[in-house]
Amino acid sequence: MSPREIAIVSYASLLAVPGEPQRDEVELLLPVVTEAVARSGIPKRELGFTVSGSCDYLGGRPFSFVMALDAIGAWPPIAESHVEMDGAFALYEAWVRLQCGDVDSALVYAFGRSTQGDLGRVLAQQLDPYTLSPLWPDDTALAALQARALLDRGRVSERDFAAVAARTRGGDADELVQRPYTVAPLRAHDRGTVADGAAAVVLAAGDLARKVCKRPAWIRGIDHRIEQHQLGQRDLTRSVSTALAGERAGVGKGPVDVAELYAPYTHQELILREALGLGEGVEVNPSGGALAAHPLMVAGLSRFGEAAERIIDGSANRAVAHATSGPCLQQNLVAVLEAAP
Amino acid sequence: MAATDALTAPYVLEYTYRRSVGPVLGRFLTGLRAGRIEGSRSAAGKVQVPPSEHDPDTGAPTTEFVEVGLAGVVTTWSWATAPRPGQPLAQPFAWALIKLDGADSALLHAVDAGAPEKMKTGMRVKVRWQAERTGAITDIACFEPEAP
Repeated sequence: MSPREIAIVSYASLLAVPGEPQRDEVELLLPVVTEAVARSGIPKRELGFTVSGSCDYLGGRPFSFVMALDAIGAWPPIAESHVEMDGAFALYEAWVRLQCGDVDSALVYAFGRSTQGDLGRVLAQQLDPYTLSPLWPDDTALAALQARALLDRGRVSERDFAAVAARTRGGDADELVQRPYTVAPLRAHDRGTVADGAAAVVLAAGDLARKVCKRPAWIRGIDHRIEQHQLGQRDLTRSVSTALAGERAGVGKGPVDVAELYAPYTHQELILREALGLGEGVEVNPSGGALAAHPLMVAGLSRFGEAAERIIDGSANRAVAHATSGPCLQQNLVAVLEAAP
Repeated sequence: MAATDALTAPYVLEYTYRRSVGPVLGRFLTGLRAGRIEGSRSAAGKVQVPPSEHDPDTGAPTTEFVEVGLAGVVTTWSWATAPRPGQPLAQPFAWALIKLDGADSALLHAVDAGAPEKMKTGMRVKVRWQAERTGAITDIACFEPEAP
């Protein structure tokens, strides 16, 4: 049985660099959700399903997603769910939920105020609690192990990392590569700018999508794969889970105009490009990606939203959206979005 | 109402229960306390250190343990110029994935090398134990270069 046709019909986001200390999560979300719903053309009360992605460790309190419902309005009662992951994975849940066929639309949102704490310490706590977390390795320390392994393989250089930074966040690669290391072989520009933000996407199925949107971004394939948690059990220079998810999502079945890849580090963009088989002709992260602004839990859903916008506004016919989670690209979600009905 | 009239109560955020680490990690951590490093052997014969509770390829539960060496090879490394609170060493050090002798996977830990120039992929390092061990990954204080 082929999956039900589902499309992204609207997207809105708010990215605050270097941070948004004045507004809380609800205040960040409210304008974003309101805009995405308004642009979808679907009355809010008619949305069949609502799902969010966020992380209690960023808020520093349990069940922080419940408070965020103030931005949505849960009365009269709504069918609602949550994933303790990036909003892109919430979008995947919504896609699965819409496959059931009894509802035709879904609101997906994500929020994260990554600047409220020390992200390096927060992310150390997503690791194995017995063999990794007690050492407090920060995300840059682990990403740098991956970067070194990639350099040792011999096909890329630190200048190539700097070139990714220069393209997505500005600057001159030859100058950037002269700057001091943070955790060698990585420099400050190799890590995405920690930011606060919120994003929202509306999904619609079949005829409803065609009715409310001139050029819906149809999700032609979507797949999520996970690798070993222990870094020492993986080949860090390759992303086999991205390659597998990309293959199953059908990335190689046609030309790709634009790809929005969730690469929190410059070298990870190179690994993802290779895993997805994206050639020189593919425009990668015209939005700046997670390097320009990295609000944790939001950056992945933003990749889906940015890729969809390019279909909706007519500037691309076929796009790849990618989201990651875990240390050194442990988990990867890949989708192919197309204009063709 | 004056501030001194406010009701106050102590608030401690904690999990008030104990948790068993189970037969696989438990054996690994108990081994560390005794100055021994044990890995698990998969159906395909691969030795994982730290041990996996399940075979990464087949999902079968781990039943066989293998003692591995207290020294091994650095498979990749990074240099922490400004160590953060709680990390294994207070002075600049290397993070490394270390494939211990007899193991097929690599373990994350710190290497006290003094300077990044002393680090190299493929170099040999050996365990430096804590003087007092409690059955935790931090029983390994760090690794140090085998050749000074």
